[in-house]
Amino acid sequence: MEEKKRLMGGEFLLKETNAEDIFIPEDMDEEQQMIYKTCQGFLETEVYSMLDRIDDQEEGLMRSLLQKSGELGLLGVAVPEEYEGFDQSFVTSMLASEAMGAGYSFSVAYSAHTGIGTLPILYYGNEAQKQKYLPKLVSGEWPAAYCLTEPNAGSDANAGKSKAILSDDGKHYILNGQKMWITNGGFADVQTVFAKIGTDRVLSAFIVESSWPGIVINPEEKKMGIKGSSTVQIFYNDVKVPVENLLGRQGQGFRIALNILHMGRLKLGGTVLGAAKKTITQSVNYANERKQFGRFIGSFEAIKYKLAEQVIQTFITESTVYRTSGYVDEAITELIAQGKEKPQATIEGIAQYALEAALLKVFGSEALNYVVDEAVQIFGGMGFSAETDVDKAYRDSRINRIFEGTNEINRLLVADTTIKKALKKGFDLVRYAKHIIKEMNGAEEAVEPTGYFEEKRTYIRNFKRIALLLLGIVSDKFQRQLFEEQMILFNISDIIMNLYTAESTLLRVEKIENNKGGDYASIYKDILDVFVYDTAEFIHKSGCDAINSLEEIEEQEVMRERIRKYTTVAPVNIKNARTRIADKLIEDNKYNF
Amino acid sequence: MSTVPDTTTKIRFAGDGTAFDVTGVQWIINPWDELSLTRALQLKEESNGAIEKVTVISVGLKETEPVIRKALAIGADEAIRIDTAPLDAYFVAKQIAGSIKDDGFDIVLCGIDSSDYNGSLVGGMLAEFLGIPSVSSISALNIENGEVSVNREIDGGKEVLSVELPFVAIIQKGVALEPRIPSMRGIMMARKKPLNVKAPVEADSLTEMISFEQLPAKAACKMVEEDNVKELVDLLHSEAKVI
Repeated sequence: MEEKKRLMGGEFLLKETNAEDIFIPEDMDEEQQMIYKTCQGFLETEVYSMLDRIDDQEEGLMRSLLQKSGELGLLGVAVPEEYEGFDQSFVTSMLASEAMGAGYSFSVAYSAHTGIGTLPILYYGNEAQKQKYLPKLVSGEWPAAYCLTEPNAGSDANAGKSKAILSDDGKHYILNGQKMWITNGGFADVQTVFAKIGTDRVLSAFIVESSWPGIVINPEEKKMGIKGSSTVQIFYNDVKVPVENLLGRQGQGFRIALNILHMGRLKLGGTVLGAAKKTITQSVNYANERKQFGRFIGSFEAIKYKLAEQVIQTFITESTVYRTSGYVDEAITELIAQGKEKPQATIEGIAQYALEAALLKVFGSEALNYVVDEAVQIFGGMGFSAETDVDKAYRDSRINRIFEGTNEINRLLVADTTIKKALKKGFDLVRYAKHIIKEMNGAEEAVEPTGYFEEKRTYIRNFKRIALLLLGIVSDKFQRQLFEEQMILFNISDIIMNLYTAESTLLRVEKIENNKGGDYASIYKDILDVFVYDTAEFIHKSGCDAINSLEEIEEQEVMRERIRKYTTVAPVNIKNARTRIADKLIEDNKYNF
Repeated sequence: MSTVPDTTTKIRFAGDGTAFDVTGVQWIINPWDELSLTRALQLKEESNGAIEKVTVISVGLKETEPVIRKALAIGADEAIRIDTAPLDAYFVAKQIAGSIKDDGFDIVLCGIDSSDYNGSLVGGMLAEFLGIPSVSSISALNIENGEVSVNREIDGGKEVLSVELPFVAIIQKGVALEPRIPSMRGIMMARKKPLNVKAPVEADSLTEMISFEQLPAKAACKMVEEDNVKELVDLLHSEAKVI
């Protein structure tokens, strides 16, 4: 059997891959499905009956829920067995995050604890630190928080002012500073705190216990959404942190923060899926119950459009999340085979896909925003009532575009990382752009694609050409000033994001058809058809927006013509396709794609 | 233990309405069997080692194994799958009796009903084939100082019986509050626990399916404001015609 060919991070722009070489959700094995159902079962039995009490931040409740999920082993999915965890793959921990994503505020506490709370110690802790903290994090006895943001250091994390000064006897760091927006901070026992040591210009990380003297925790913030999640400011006044609680090396903090963020961004793609699927099910349940003009509202095309589009956005996100997670697992396995320890291999494996992580964070959070917004709309007046869950879902969704790096920062990262990766690989973007403009006269397109998937592949190949063309033009024109050109970079990021998600869906649908046949795959082809059709138009506009924003460059007209040509796709009866998608949802009365 | 369609499954029929269409169906443990399993596990834990093991037995083809492994993940010690399709209650009871009659057991717990065909027959037939007593509609099952007592829901009240072993306990709601969720550890251990596949015994099926019919579509729900009792009474009287 031919070995799986893994695309390295960012390589999707330059290379193609086979459907058989990617991981799709349909590849989940029985155990993984059982873990997913265990998470769902946990939410159903422990969380859903308490949503109001959770949102009221009833004393001790969130802590006890975390502990209960710990008793089921759900806080240790990714943690090695020697620290009482279950050492599961990245895909499996993603699946757990997805399932828990349907848990409203609990989901935030869970993600913060298992992700940014636990992983810094797991990946960067020394043996003594791991032995001391991980088993209690896995059991839920000690909830965890991650303290990076400061009043003047949000997106610009390295601007933090918190200081750690080594004591005269060399046994402690004396920590002073202020942190804000700390998730789980109100009840966490263990914190990863970032501060600069002495006169350092870069951050270091420390494991801090909340019970130590000098730590003052402010009252809970009043928030728009995720009201049940604890979010506080924490002050550190001469807190004595034992030197053995320095996490990683001095000055390694920013690196730790970045790598944890890469992971958090990928995981966010998973958590939004759980929330989206739950909200879609609520939407269709309502559309199947509510009658107006003597008909169920789900029978109206106005509602079907929304239902179908909710499904499409979610399915596209899901395809991309698991394709990328599959790559991460393969990268980790390869790195371990090359002799790396698992924590190091995991960090590097995830970091290789930082570009995809940033892109998923943006796409996933915006997909969920669409889903919850239309859910409120489908519910009509009821959706605006604070008594329905869609109201909560709507408010809870909003934070996803802000935390783990705002979508703006992440859009810039997508463009930035792409250019850096191209440079590193020796791919000359500028030359490529010139080649597309001057030398290509459509010769490559002379052969008409044959077959459904081949046709779609051709479209996506063309979308990639546009992304590379634009990257080449702007890096040539702006050189070092490029990162001031945020509007144009956003256009380019949007193109990259949409073509990667479209390609991931294409490959997934192709693999589904290979495994289960054309009849089974036909509804998924509808999803792909609509998305590629919409994406082509979107890329056309984004591409032209970018080109039209560039003054004083030659051949704008040729470029516009190229973009038009590369975004021309065969017409699709999108009304019929959307109707079939909505009809399946209505028939199943739940998200079942 | 029966494997049944998830309770939210849209029921469709195939073969001119003579068979259940299983396309796309998600399978689960029959809810009453799941309660039985939960109580069995609790009894074992409470018994301080007096109860040696909990075995799950199911009649079904290989496709049912994921559901059986879920029972192992929840905590059963071992499982037996009798490798044949469960044709009807008589056939299933024969298979189970054939499989366990020579094994040592004290209590066979089975759900009163399976949520797919709702025959409510297997438990009673099984006891008959095994030649042991059965008690039906059990809403509580306790063992204290080696004495087994059960509560039965009866018309207008509750009956408490003391039972001799071995017997078939036909389980109703109430015997355990919530089914258990498999833990991560349970899921990991399930793959190491024995799932023995046994050949079926010779048995007849006495049932022939003539046809199934869909229920009429549910009528729309009418909402009445909470303080509008008069409207509610009027509707119950004039529309629903129940008072």
